[in-house]
Amino acid sequence: MKMTKAKRVRLIYNIVTFALVIGAFIILQSMIANKTISRSLKGQLVPICCWIVMAVSLNLVIGISGELSLGHAGFMSVGAYTGAVVSGALLNIWDIQDTTLRLVIAIAAGGILAGIVGALIGIPVLRLRGDYLAIVTLAFGEIIRSLVNVLYIGAGDGKLHFSFLNKELPEGVTMLVDGAKGAVKIKPISTFAAGFILILITLVVVLNLVNSRAGRAIKACRDNRIAAESMGVNVTKYKMMAFVTAAVLAGMAGALYGLNSSTVVPTQFTFNQSINVLVFVVLGGLGNVLGSIVSATLLTVLPEVLRAFADYRMLVYAVVLILVMIFTNNPTIRAFVNRLISPFRKKDSVGGEAR
Amino acid sequence: MSQQKRRSGTKMVTLPSHSIVPERDVNEIPVLETRHLGIEFGGLKAVDDFNLTIGKTEIAGLIGPNGAGKTTVFNLITKVYEPTTGATLINGHDLSGKSITQASKLGIARTFQNIRLFDNMTVEENVRIGLHNQIKYDMFSGMLRLPRYWIQENRQHDKALELLHIFDMEKLADERAGSLPYGVQRRLEIVRALATNPKLLLLDEPAAGMNPRETEELMENIAKIRDQFQIAILLIEHDMNLVMGVCEGICVLNFGRVIAKGTADEIQANPVVIEAYLGKKKEGQA
Repeated sequence: MKMTKAKRVRLIYNIVTFALVIGAFIILQSMIANKTISRSLKGQLVPICCWIVMAVSLNLVIGISGELSLGHAGFMSVGAYTGAVVSGALLNIWDIQDTTLRLVIAIAAGGILAGIVGALIGIPVLRLRGDYLAIVTLAFGEIIRSLVNVLYIGAGDGKLHFSFLNKELPEGVTMLVDGAKGAVKIKPISTFAAGFILILITLVVVLNLVNSRAGRAIKACRDNRIAAESMGVNVTKYKMMAFVTAAVLAGMAGALYGLNSSTVVPTQFTFNQSINVLVFVVLGGLGNVLGSIVSATLLTVLPEVLRAFADYRMLVYAVVLILVMIFTNNPTIRAFVNRLISPFRKKDSVGGEAR
Repeated sequence: MSQQKRRSGTKMVTLPSHSIVPERDVNEIPVLETRHLGIEFGGLKAVDDFNLTIGKTEIAGLIGPNGAGKTTVFNLITKVYEPTTGATLINGHDLSGKSITQASKLGIARTFQNIRLFDNMTVEENVRIGLHNQIKYDMFSGMLRLPRYWIQENRQHDKALELLHIFDMEKLADERAGSLPYGVQRRLEIVRALATNPKLLLLDEPAAGMNPRETEELMENIAKIRDQFQIAILLIEHDMNLVMGVCEGICVLNFGRVIAKGTADEIQANPVVIEAYLGKKKEGQA
């Protein structure tokens, strides 16, 4: 393939992104092997992976396709519950002991169900113009939370038993989802390696999608809807593509997240959580995948690191947020940084613009 | 006069339907035919009883004073608006109930009065969006980088540069579209529209903001595009040098109605047109 300047910049960007993720994984794995890693950080590894996938997938909706989604935690919730139920069913009904197989099937199921839910929301809403998606996804997040609050699922007699609103399950079943108590008695089977692979899958899907015919169509719809339509681009189709892909990835992240602990409760996936992911995306830069990864990692680790100053934790967190915003958006500081790194660049480079 | 020299001198023929097309296109299906096209906005007839036929390779002009409804006609033809009355035929296909996207697939491409490029994408990417329905591959080939992805991406790249060559813009391929000078953006819009392989190209004030030299170039390029691609072009323009120099058939619109149709000479001599532009002569004035 012929290399143009824009392609070269894109390639370097992609290589840096993958190198960062793979490098971090190798370092952390060796730290685990040497037992030099702190316990709190070790416990955070899988959640960090999940939040990275969440941030990158939400960036696909907000940064690349230009739609505002405020219910991303809802898809995570769908994935987490599906993952817990599927994993529990595989263990209790089909008696599959292989944790890797269970994890893979659970993650796939979580992704598929979240994708279906995403499609059901997207089909009516993405045909409209304006901020309807934000409103509907906001409501969706709350609806999912209310629904799982009154959902009872048990495994027994070789099949799953469902009950809604009140707990009417046969005697002797193993409870998988117990209403407001959430998904209970999960056998934690998530591993850091699984999280790492999920990040790689996410990066391959998102970065390859962005730099393809479909990805250009998605960006065109964001930049100018009328012009994109006039060029024969089916706007609804490509907005759906971005939205459903993001939902699938969020569902997979949710399944991984759910299977990392022994319980999943409905209150884990509230509106606040959606906003949290939104903060990762906005701080990392709209459309900037690498930025999403970095900000998701930092903002997940930071509150834990600051636990020592428990009283000032949220204060410091807020100050850091504001500082990051100032530093990433201030033209003077940006120009200064550009001057610092300019000797390493070619003179005519417009690299900062390209992604 | 150079202007006189460039005038195409095409012989125009009146069809039985009272529409006028160039003689060479008489035996072809007209690329565009509008029949009694009209639209109302809350009782106001923005366009009323608009009839226009454009031959297969005709360069036609749509002129009229400000607010005459010229851009509204474009929006009706491209299906941005659904007409309240009448019908549009593209190559004999009825456009009623079709979407903007479907109209594009039938062979209509346009540029916009207020430029609508994909500002955050590169020049080449903008042209590639035009090629969206020309050189295709599915989403999974793209996600998984299957062989089809590489083949089609290379084809898109070559085709995009070939199209950019029309305006000698290959060197700008990697620039961000939004950072280009105004005149270049206008040209890029034309290239992007051409990339959709249209049968009818609608240009909305292509010379707006261009200096006389650029306008001259544009004029030559419009004729060149028609000759090379064998397509019809309908343009809205206020620069009368350009309209009279390059258009074969001209349609004059005022207050949403067609007031005159004909060749450049006929239009220039038409008292109704002069009145629409300059106002009525007062009684007693020479």
